[in-house]
Amino acid sequence: MHIKSQKDFFSGLMFTGVGIAFAWGATTYSVGQGARMGPGYFPLMLGVVMALLGAAVTFKSLVVETPGGDKIGKWAWRPLCYIIAANLLFGVLLGGLPSIKLPAMGMVAAIYGLTIVAARAGTEFKLKEVLILATILAVGSYLAFIVLLKLQIPVWPTFIVG
Amino acid sequence: MELLSNLALGFGVAFTPINLIYAFIGCILGTLIGVLPGIGPVATIAMLLPATYALPPVSALIMLAGIYYGAQYGGSTTAILVNLPGESSSVVTCIDGYQMARQGRAGPALAAAGLGSFFAGCVGTLILAAFAPVLTELAFKFGPAEYFSLMIMGLIGAVVLASGSLLKAIAMVVLGLLLGLVGTDVNSGLARYSFDIPELTDGIGFVAIAMGVFGYGEIISNLSQPDDEREVFTAKVQGLFPTKQDFKDMAPAVLRGTALGSVLGVLPGGGALLAAFAAYTLEKKIKMKPGEVAFGKGNIRGVASPESANNAGAQTSFIPLLTLGIPPNAVMALMVGAMTIHNIQPGPQVMTSNPQLFWGLIASMWIGNLMLVILNLPLIGMWIKLLTVPYRYLFPAIVLFCAIGVYSTNNNTFDIWLVGAFGVIGYLFAKIGCEPAPLLLGFILGPMMEENLRRALLLSRGDWLVFVTRPLSAGLLVAALALLTIVLLPAVKSKREEAFVED
Repeated sequence: MHIKSQKDFFSGLMFTGVGIAFAWGATTYSVGQGARMGPGYFPLMLGVVMALLGAAVTFKSLVVETPGGDKIGKWAWRPLCYIIAANLLFGVLLGGLPSIKLPAMGMVAAIYGLTIVAARAGTEFKLKEVLILATILAVGSYLAFIVLLKLQIPVWPTFIVG
Repeated sequence: MELLSNLALGFGVAFTPINLIYAFIGCILGTLIGVLPGIGPVATIAMLLPATYALPPVSALIMLAGIYYGAQYGGSTTAILVNLPGESSSVVTCIDGYQMARQGRAGPALAAAGLGSFFAGCVGTLILAAFAPVLTELAFKFGPAEYFSLMIMGLIGAVVLASGSLLKAIAMVVLGLLLGLVGTDVNSGLARYSFDIPELTDGIGFVAIAMGVFGYGEIISNLSQPDDEREVFTAKVQGLFPTKQDFKDMAPAVLRGTALGSVLGVLPGGGALLAAFAAYTLEKKIKMKPGEVAFGKGNIRGVASPESANNAGAQTSFIPLLTLGIPPNAVMALMVGAMTIHNIQPGPQVMTSNPQLFWGLIASMWIGNLMLVILNLPLIGMWIKLLTVPYRYLFPAIVLFCAIGVYSTNNNTFDIWLVGAFGVIGYLFAKIGCEPAPLLLGFILGPMMEENLRRALLLSRGDWLVFVTRPLSAGLLVAALALLTIVLLPAVKSKREEAFVED
């Protein structure tokens, strides 16, 4: 067997896998019958359908010829890791992590953290520029979200404001 | 006459200072993201959803709607001046628009796009106002079986008309439906697929999915591509006004684009993108006048028609949302989210229970279109400046707005972890060639579909035949089946693939 479309092959596997997982999960709830659908009925149905669709996609990827093999290509690890890391850091700084007793640092610190980490995802990184950008974003967000829209977001670290 | 009194009510609502301001903000934001490549209306509306909490529902919807149709105006500017689609629905505008700019005719191209969009917007709004009440009448005849069949048809239509592989698109819809079921089951009170995580018992945050997949996913994909050399025709925009001959050429194209766009907007899966593609294909089929510039070489019809069509489609895609409560595309799925945030159940009852909201929104669209023509034509210079802002300043800001936005939906950091996870999933989807828009539609419709299926089968005592014995429901299912068959016909299949790969 030769994989003729990498993208389809792996997406098919993903659909089948996730479909089976959902269907299997659904069997742990009461399924019931048509007239009295239990909480497992609809997800079981959908899970099976999705697993079948996935199998069809995989099958097609082994049979139907595609130009260039439809390769997945290189993973962009750098932007992926930095963007997600920036997002997680933002959450940690904003809300703190009670499990390791890290206090919440508030929105301003979180914005600086996010901007610096996220900016590394690009090809160019100049710290001075990034700091200016972070400051603009911090002031702008404060005015827009806190002053104007009055959202309930902690702005400063908890150990300062108390 | 009822239409007039309804519109009068609508304009009364839309002309209040606060709603005018929010329509204006929406239009500005829409143009802004339209002009900037790399961020679309789906991600923007998702980012701003939480910010609309504090607003009255009418103002919130007016602003969000403005973002959608505003993006249709802004997208053409980038397409014409930079040869990059600022918005996916402006892809075809690049072809002839950029050529016109290279010949020093950027001004007339921009004017054709702007004026065409304005005309189409006005017509689209009128159609919306005229047809919504009729469809609403029909919607009241719908029982659970009909709703279920309608959703099936809507979802099938959405994948049939979308680009890419049909099988994968259907699988994405099903995945969306399943994700929509996560959380507490309304009937049994059982928390499904929540893994004992308390936050998941409320279901997966809609904003988290939309932002993760569309916001983060897109940023990561954009960053993984090397910077293109852009040639911006900033200095050369002069003589904004088209010549008499231009007007003669573009007027029929605008009319055709508007008509086609209005029809395609109403269809499930329709909306701005499909309308623009179809309009361009139609223009190319129409016989050339002697001495006319060829398509792909700067024909003004190639700009006027798709730009009119995408704006008309953007307006009329509100029809299924406002009358049936069924979103025809991903942006409308977000509007459902916006309505539910404000405790408005989308559906036929909106028009009677919230006439101010319904007619106010429609009236505001006309006002918004007027604002947009002014924003986009005389003030074009301002937006051109924006095109020179490098992406490296933009994407950290987008990441930040996503993160703040998702946090403020529940004031809970759990949603931030969730949006991160969906960012990874979104990038994965992009890598394995799965379009995320059907997933979002499925996600919104999941719980609604289950509920209607349950009710329909309960009433029929478990008899599945109820879906085909009730005439309205059977009709909808036949329509869905017909759509599927048509696309699978070999002749249409190759055409469809051709249409989406084109140029």
